[in-house]
Amino acid sequence: MKIKIDTSGLKESKWYEYLIRFLFGGLVTATAGIIAKRYGPEIGGLFLAFPAILTASATLIEKHEKEKKEDAGMQGAVRGKLAAGVDAIGASMGALGLAAFALIIWLKLLDYRTAIALTIATIAWFFTAVLVWKLRQVIGKRIKARFSVSGVHSAAELRRNRS
Amino acid sequence: MLLRFAVGGVVVSVFALLGDLLKPKSFAGLFGAAPSVALATLGLTVMKNGKAYASLEARSMVLGAVAFMICAWLTGRTLIQRRTSVLATTSAAIGLWFVCAIGLWFALIR
Repeated sequence: MKIKIDTSGLKESKWYEYLIRFLFGGLVTATAGIIAKRYGPEIGGLFLAFPAILTASATLIEKHEKEKKEDAGMQGAVRGKLAAGVDAIGASMGALGLAAFALIIWLKLLDYRTAIALTIATIAWFFTAVLVWKLRQVIGKRIKARFSVSGVHSAAELRRNRS
Repeated sequence: MLLRFAVGGVVVSVFALLGDLLKPKSFAGLFGAAPSVALATLGLTVMKNGKAYASLEARSMVLGAVAFMICAWLTGRTLIQRRTSVLATTSAAIGLWFVCAIGLWFALIR
């Protein structure tokens, strides 16, 4: 699957949807600071990886996909849920990158200037996330190819045949 | 606190906007787990509390990220296989994140 830049997604979004994300982001960041102040850095640090916009993003994606299908005269409820699900799976791969980011800050912040450590960690987040995403694509393709060679089209079918 | 709120809001919005621009959806989803809150916070934390404090926060953040991975993956599988309500599933995932993150913290750090 090719990675593309598509600006049509921007046209679908309304101004208040950006405002919701801004408010969620601001709220989570401020809350993480308050928690760190009250309970210390060990508990506060957990909230640096809080899924701040998981709910907001998933519901927006569902809404946009549903509207697209309905505009074309089709039922969009299932499509919306699937799109939100695929986005969440992507976020889980991004979270592995987030762990790499945190690991670098934990182990290297004391050795480097803050800006340099943050830059290296952000690059590590991006490349780890993309690598995991790419690996999943390659493995998924191989599994599909193996199924189609054996005349089986899905994992469920394979399990049925085995039993 | 107001500065944290503003910086956090801007950084989270920028990463979300990047996600909106990219296709396919699974790739765009990577940006849903961008280190936006950490980027907005860590610089300010270093200035106020020092590097050792921020480094301790990052150690816990590793566990928070593992909890994020678990809850986002389960959310995705549930939505794709069971087609449950998106709002209910993602809200439950936030609860699951709390349980996983605090559980991991108790098991590995405390």
